[in-house]
Amino acid sequence: MPVSTEAVGKSFPATQYEVGREKIREYASAVGETSPVHHDLEAARAAGFRALVAPPMFCVVYSAPAVGAAILDPDVGIDFAAMVHGGQEFEWGEPVCAGDLITSSAKVVEISERRGMGFYVFESESHNDRGERVVRGTWTNIVRGVS
Amino acid sequence: MSLEGLDEGAELPELRVTPDKYLPNRYAGASGDFNPIHIDPEFARQVGLPGVILHGLYSMALVARAHTHAVGGDPRSLARLRVQFRGMGMPEQEIVIQTKVVERTEHGAITRSEATQGENRIIRNGEGELRA
Repeated sequence: MPVSTEAVGKSFPATQYEVGREKIREYASAVGETSPVHHDLEAARAAGFRALVAPPMFCVVYSAPAVGAAILDPDVGIDFAAMVHGGQEFEWGEPVCAGDLITSSAKVVEISERRGMGFYVFESESHNDRGERVVRGTWTNIVRGVS
Repeated sequence: MSLEGLDEGAELPELRVTPDKYLPNRYAGASGDFNPIHIDPEFARQVGLPGVILHGLYSMALVARAHTHAVGGDPRSLARLRVQFRGMGMPEQEIVIQTKVVERTEHGAITRSEATQGENRIIRNGEGELRA
């Protein structure tokens, strides 16, 4: 089935995520981040952070709910069983610390078809509760066998 | 943060990590991504995979760590990272991450990186930007 490009430009409702200290530690441990600023509050403060600070890639934790809604949207029409994560880009702004309330939004920026594969590109943006941008993400998912 | 020594052509310290059998489960819990291809061996085999595969974003997190640790571990030092996921990553096999500075800019350094498991390139065309 050829891809439908009708959902290009569609935006999704913003999601909110409150960053917890133990969640930062759990994530840091899972990816092997040993830097003390992700585990020890005093070390984080000594390095100039207001609280325990998240590793850059922690952005997947707080922005995924917004992007997940976009990927699963019936108007976008992704065959989930045939989908692979093709590529990812993040651009980081202000660091994210425990206690931050992060608001994330997502939209569809591109749907195209090449060599029998569908390319679905989503963009996400996340801001902290002071209105500062903390990350922008570009998520590329590839669906095999679309034509 | 100091980017001293990271001149064009310099290599960042190589990162070698062997994720254990249950790493994908822990990463699923930590990240919230419970796609069964990462945690359910039976499901993974039913969809034609040899077994559970690593989350691409886990492998990307290792590439990010190779960058921040090269400059002292400060998370603010990584300004941007872009990767392409190709061959699937497997638990219980060593991942090798190699990163090279390809350009020095006024306030930072541009890198290229790759993550491999043996001959299998699980991340390629990684492009990063470190900032001082």
